[in-house]
Amino acid sequence: MSERDRGAKPLPRRQGSDGEGAQARVTLSGVPLELVYTAEHRDGAGPPERPGEYPFTRGIHATGYRGKLWTMRMFAGFGTPEETNRRFHALLGAGQTGLSTAFDLPTLMGYDADHPLARGEVGRCGVSVSSLHDMEALFEGIDLEGVTTSMTINAPASAIWAMYLAAAQRRGADLRKLGGTIQNDILKEYIAQKEYAVPPESAVRLVVDTLEWGPQHVPRWNVVSVSGYHIREAGSNAVQELAFTLADGRHYVQRAIERGLDVDSFAPRVSFFFNLHNDFFEEIAKLRAARRIWARWLREQFGARDPRSWTLRTHAQTAGVSLTAQQPLVNLARVAIQALAGVLGGTNSLHTDAYDEALALPTEEAALLALRTQQVIAHETGVANVIDPLGGSYFVEHLTDEMERRALELVAAIDDEGGVEAAIESGWFARRIGDTSYQEQCAVEAGERLIVGVNAYASETPPVPLQAIDPEVALSQARRLRQLRAQRDAAAAESALRELRAAAVDGRNTMPAFLSCAHALCTVGEQMDVLRAVFGEYQEPVTL
Amino acid sequence: MNGRPLRVLIAKPGLDGHDRGAKVVARALRDAGMEVVYTGLRQTAPMIVRAAIQEDVDAVGLSVLSGAHLRYFSEVAQGLRDAGAEDVVLFGGGIIPDQDLPELRALGVGRVFTPGSSTREVIEYLREAVAAQHS
Repeated sequence: MSERDRGAKPLPRRQGSDGEGAQARVTLSGVPLELVYTAEHRDGAGPPERPGEYPFTRGIHATGYRGKLWTMRMFAGFGTPEETNRRFHALLGAGQTGLSTAFDLPTLMGYDADHPLARGEVGRCGVSVSSLHDMEALFEGIDLEGVTTSMTINAPASAIWAMYLAAAQRRGADLRKLGGTIQNDILKEYIAQKEYAVPPESAVRLVVDTLEWGPQHVPRWNVVSVSGYHIREAGSNAVQELAFTLADGRHYVQRAIERGLDVDSFAPRVSFFFNLHNDFFEEIAKLRAARRIWARWLREQFGARDPRSWTLRTHAQTAGVSLTAQQPLVNLARVAIQALAGVLGGTNSLHTDAYDEALALPTEEAALLALRTQQVIAHETGVANVIDPLGGSYFVEHLTDEMERRALELVAAIDDEGGVEAAIESGWFARRIGDTSYQEQCAVEAGERLIVGVNAYASETPPVPLQAIDPEVALSQARRLRQLRAQRDAAAAESALRELRAAAVDGRNTMPAFLSCAHALCTVGEQMDVLRAVFGEYQEPVTL
Repeated sequence: MNGRPLRVLIAKPGLDGHDRGAKVVARALRDAGMEVVYTGLRQTAPMIVRAAIQEDVDAVGLSVLSGAHLRYFSEVAQGLRDAGAEDVVLFGGGIIPDQDLPELRALGVGRVFTPGSSTREVIEYLREAVAAQHS
């Protein structure tokens, strides 16, 4: 019996007998639920909505998934760039339609693989990328004009994006033809994922630099992917995820407009990223409400005239936090149902988690099963044939309205706190997320919420094979960095870093300097050291 | 024990920012009557050992979801021994594969709580483990 199986105690109490079935029920974020919904719940509803039309509640495309199926984009990365490159080729060979890159913690935090703080972490939870050479190895043999690439990178987003663009330029690719996404959503790092470097105000300025530079030079690139995913994983509920994410997106738009940018010049390149958790209809309603709120804000509050500025395009990922270490194969069922919610909610891109991710990074077989799950939904179930098939459902429309109403109330509370940056610095977000996750844990332990294999239906299962990370990764990456520093044109690298420093200090757009740094083989750590020196390092208030 | 409440340090070593589990456990231990010190993020092993000594804790819990658990448990265990604090119970949690448990045990690490563990288990374990150290 393994340690984790011993921990799971079968729960005696069980709901669902006739007498209990009618008792009060709520969604995961606490929306009270009726036993049945009827036309009465749609009293006062507005005129019927249509997909592809403002406010896009029913989807951003008039042709739905018939016109364009969602992009199957599996988040992958571990070990050396060469190892991850092999995984990329395997996923593309298996029918994946876009790439998504997971970087290791040193890279995410802006430290080179040979930095003392990187010891023990290189290549562990993603791929190690410190320089242009690593980036070139990561995408070896992949047609960068033919595939779209998403990179989950935030604090050093500009530096990493510039390395990707430089790698493409060195192969003769046209930047105007490159498509992809950098996450580049630093606000949710302070709120949830905690991979920040410099303080919020300076970090947001760097994001606005990309919003200004990106659409002019890499017009098909999504420059920011405003992410609720991590806010949810940190322990929030669906309403908090929706509200905090949209408030973050609105904050970038406000800051960019304050710099003097025309909202229609950058808003079409802002995309989103939401979580797909266990509460099936609530997740569908969340995605529908997100599109409606964003469209209204962009058109009515910010005066955007281009309909592409109004549309909320989103990636979605099944909830890693919902996966259990107990009976890990059961996660296959959770992921399939969560992914179906994403599709019925009209996501434009989807990652499905692998069943073994509560234990380790996924094996190739587990990642392939997750991709196959999407392919079953896309090609066997028929759900992609009709747009927003739940539109008009008394329940789903009511829940969509309810998610919208509750999210807007929370956004107003953020405004009362002084806005997103003030609410970060005061620990407002951290307290709310901490409260929700603790209440959720208490509900599970009290048996009010059942989790199969954890507090109900516990049983022993044989261990599953796990992905191992080669401990030599750190050594080989450090060796590569030593060679790079010895062989590059030192004067060119120093000059590029000086230019980055000058742009950061003077308030000029930093993107040209980041691109020069990439070509001059400056490392991620060297560039982030410049930013940390100019802007300082952020320390979060410790809250429980 | 002399009737004094258990004192526990919950720490987040390294670059890992996943703090949901650490915070949930810290609050649950506090609600169970223990005195809990939470370090916040980005702690090095020497910082954690120093805090454990200064706060005179009975137990140190490390939360690691980044895959770097072997490094940090090993450094903190060594640091506690070097500081003459080998009676402090070292335990932890995170995304930690079963196959690494023997190596962690050999380092002197007690229980490791992975996803799906209940806070009740952590509380019961700490009461027993600390009592065993003091008996």
